[in-house]
Amino acid sequence: MSKELIRLQDLTMEFDGERILDGINLYFNDHEFLTLLGPSGCGKTTTLRIIGGFLTPTSGKVIFDGKVVNDLPPYQRQVNTVFQRYALFPHLDVYDNVAFGLKVAKVPKDEIRQRVTEILETVSLKGYENRRVDSLSGGQQQRVAIARALVNRPKVLLLDEPLAALDLRLRKDMQNELKRIQQATGITFIYVTHDQEEALSMSDTVVVMDKGRIQQIGRPEDIYNEPKNAFVADFIGESNILDGVMLSDYHVRFFGRVFDCVDKGFAPNESVDVVIRPEDIDIVPQDQGHLVGTVTSITFKGLNYDIIVEFKGFKWLIQTTDYHPVGAVIGIRLNPEDIHIMHKSEYSGMFGDYSSYSAEYDELTEDAGDEEE
Amino acid sequence: MKRANRILTILIFVFLYIPMAVLVVASFNTGKDITEFEGFTFQQYVRLFQDSSLLELLRNSLVVSVLASAAATIFGTVASVGIHSLNPRMRKAAMTLTNIPMTNPDIVTGVSLSLLFVFVGTKMLGQRNSLTFWTLLIAHITFNLPYVILNVMPKLKQMDASLTDAAMDLGCTPVQAFFRVTLYEIMPGIVSGAIMAFTMSLDDFVISYFVSGLDFVTLPVEIYSYTKKPLQPKIYAMFTLLFLLILALMIAMNLIQIYGDKKKTQSRSAGV
Amino acid sequence: MKKNNAVLLSAPYLIWMVVFTLIPLGVVAYYALTDPSTGAFSLGNLANLGMYLPVLWQSIVYSLVSACICLILGYPVAYFIAHCSVRAQKFLYMLVMLPMCMSFLLRTLAWVGLLQDTGIINTLLGKIGIGPLTMIRTPGAVVLGMVYNYLPYMILPLYATIVKIDPRLIEAAEDLGCNGVQVFSRVVLPLSVPGILSGMTMVFVPSVSTFYISQKLGGTDTVLIGDVIERQFKQGNNPNLGAALSLVLMLLVLVCTSILNRFGGDQEEGGVLV
Repeated sequence: MSKELIRLQDLTMEFDGERILDGINLYFNDHEFLTLLGPSGCGKTTTLRIIGGFLTPTSGKVIFDGKVVNDLPPYQRQVNTVFQRYALFPHLDVYDNVAFGLKVAKVPKDEIRQRVTEILETVSLKGYENRRVDSLSGGQQQRVAIARALVNRPKVLLLDEPLAALDLRLRKDMQNELKRIQQATGITFIYVTHDQEEALSMSDTVVVMDKGRIQQIGRPEDIYNEPKNAFVADFIGESNILDGVMLSDYHVRFFGRVFDCVDKGFAPNESVDVVIRPEDIDIVPQDQGHLVGTVTSITFKGLNYDIIVEFKGFKWLIQTTDYHPVGAVIGIRLNPEDIHIMHKSEYSGMFGDYSSYSAEYDELTEDAGDEEE
Repeated sequence: MKRANRILTILIFVFLYIPMAVLVVASFNTGKDITEFEGFTFQQYVRLFQDSSLLELLRNSLVVSVLASAAATIFGTVASVGIHSLNPRMRKAAMTLTNIPMTNPDIVTGVSLSLLFVFVGTKMLGQRNSLTFWTLLIAHITFNLPYVILNVMPKLKQMDASLTDAAMDLGCTPVQAFFRVTLYEIMPGIVSGAIMAFTMSLDDFVISYFVSGLDFVTLPVEIYSYTKKPLQPKIYAMFTLLFLLILALMIAMNLIQIYGDKKKTQSRSAGV
Repeated sequence: MKKNNAVLLSAPYLIWMVVFTLIPLGVVAYYALTDPSTGAFSLGNLANLGMYLPVLWQSIVYSLVSACICLILGYPVAYFIAHCSVRAQKFLYMLVMLPMCMSFLLRTLAWVGLLQDTGIINTLLGKIGIGPLTMIRTPGAVVLGMVYNYLPYMILPLYATIVKIDPRLIEAAEDLGCNGVQVFSRVVLPLSVPGILSGMTMVFVPSVSTFYISQKLGGTDTVLIGDVIERQFKQGNNPNLGAALSLVLMLLVLVCTSILNRFGGDQEEGGVLV
């Protein structure tokens, strides 16, 4: 099995009395692709900078290979970073940028040449050795930044929103490229992003963070299918979140109706949050539905339509491939495996209500996420 | 409107350059009077290079301005890096301190420094002659420092802070990171700060006038005492030579700026 | 990052500046408050200041007039430079800066050669039959000297402000129906206020404290505060009175610049609102 490489123990971080990290406990395994995912200001970049050695935590321990390294400066850590806006040295060409770390470490010249050539091949930049870095495209600069970090053969590579500055198309290509490089080199990647899709498609493990705390750790499928609280359910994908009461194992009541579900282990009559993913809902004729509602808006999204359906004053988002005009009355069916039950949390009631839903809303929040630190 | 503006601009430049033209022309004059051109000659330049006392004054001026601007450049660059990493409140205080010599009238700076030197020299150390080469040098370094700081600080601010992080991430100690990365980034600021400091130092009269003693005098101070007597035409020759020197420095500074801008626009167009 | 070490780098500089700018000002205050002969604490120097009030007033008037003339002459030049091609801007900027680096003593002396009764201008005027004019040793000559010497200090900050005005703002103003004059008075001028104020300060401060210009171009009626201070130190040998006068000059400059800045702060907000 893979062994543990880094452990963060009760990590807290304060800036000017403001608590940025609040009791982070986390470990990283060898060869793992782990993503810290969260909205801007959640503490993910701070966590990364602590691992990189650029910040010293207010309290708690950073442990590398069993040794506490809280005060070890960045230049003595076997970790390299790919910075948000690449941070390539403008006065050096591609070759000298990549060779920078090796030259500082006084590696013999022949070896430098061999390793730089090799790594440039890995990131598909062969032949660009003598180009000025500011003459490269965003994607190429990105590859130089990755090569510059990887050439030092770090145990861990830290990536701070490395794709944020690229356009959508290039971002998709680079996601595959990064995953390929990680698998080829076997180096542990710790990846910071606010883009949930990026996190789900690349990672072995996803750590969802908010307000300086870890909300959930798990494989991408688990995070998506079994969100632990309303925040995770809302942040990862779209979710309708309703108040319900867990009557007994496998039985939940909401909207005045008892549904079968697959969850158990709750206290009898515990009030819970019920998550229903918009793509899991089946639309049926009115008379066959568990619930009946009225379509209040419809938006074409390419693959599907997003429709907002009102049930007794509560608006749900439903994704469907069929067109349902505004005003149509439809029925829905919910299968037991489509219903996810969560304990109540501080986030209950804050998310999963589509009453004020608009198509732009998503994009607005995504833009805001770009401004992280 | 635009044409009127152009004509006015030309007239203003004529206004700014006529007195200098008068001096340059006077340097080729065979006669002594600045107001009357009697004939063309290089004689004044020959006389200038034969006048050892005048050359010594020029040498004095150059020694002070080179030493002061070099010291201020190194000292100021190091200080800028320090000020840059101060917390905002301390940084503001440091910049206020930096601005004092810039906003105070030169005469007040000169008077205050000379009083300090005289006070410390005569009252505390018991010297008879407390104004020396060293007091002059200290004064020049003091008024040069703000020029360096005010040129270097913006470059530090503009610099992507993650560049130094990246250098340290790749194994540089903070000192290595400064010499391998930061220095290249702020070099244009250092160079223009140094050139400004040098020219200010070379041409300074008011402050030098108050803080220099009898045994070490710079050219402008001596010119001031000359101007109470009739002026020797070889001074005009010296003016012309200095004009050419400053012109060369300015063009050099201009080229550095153009080069720097080109680099910036390149990276901007590629970065998007 | 370990910032503590970097912070230490600023310490020698801060100490240097305290020792060589703040403490000397304290020494000035000390001299101003001591008696020249006995060295004891005394308010005598300050009491004597009253007789220099007319000189101080004259200095303020001359410098303000010079600053205003510099503004009127400098603004069109700065505006013109700011609307040239980038290369021409660099070149003209250099041309404005160059005189600032040349010996202002000699350049002022050249004006003596130009203005004096038998000077170049009068010689030329004489050739077309206009009799010799008295130009030197008049208040006008002193103001001319100030304008000539400090005009670049007005043009450069004005240029720096005007060149930063976003051309889209001018287009927006035109789009909203302003004609050329209105664009200038409602958009360009309010936005140049910071440059105007810093230019005014940069002309006013050296003008009000000059002694060389008034000595060379002025007469016995045009004595300025700088002359008086210089005489106390270099001829009169009453450094204590000189120190008191320097203190007054410093306060005057401080008050004037802070009034300008106060005024500027309000103006700037108003300018943005327009």
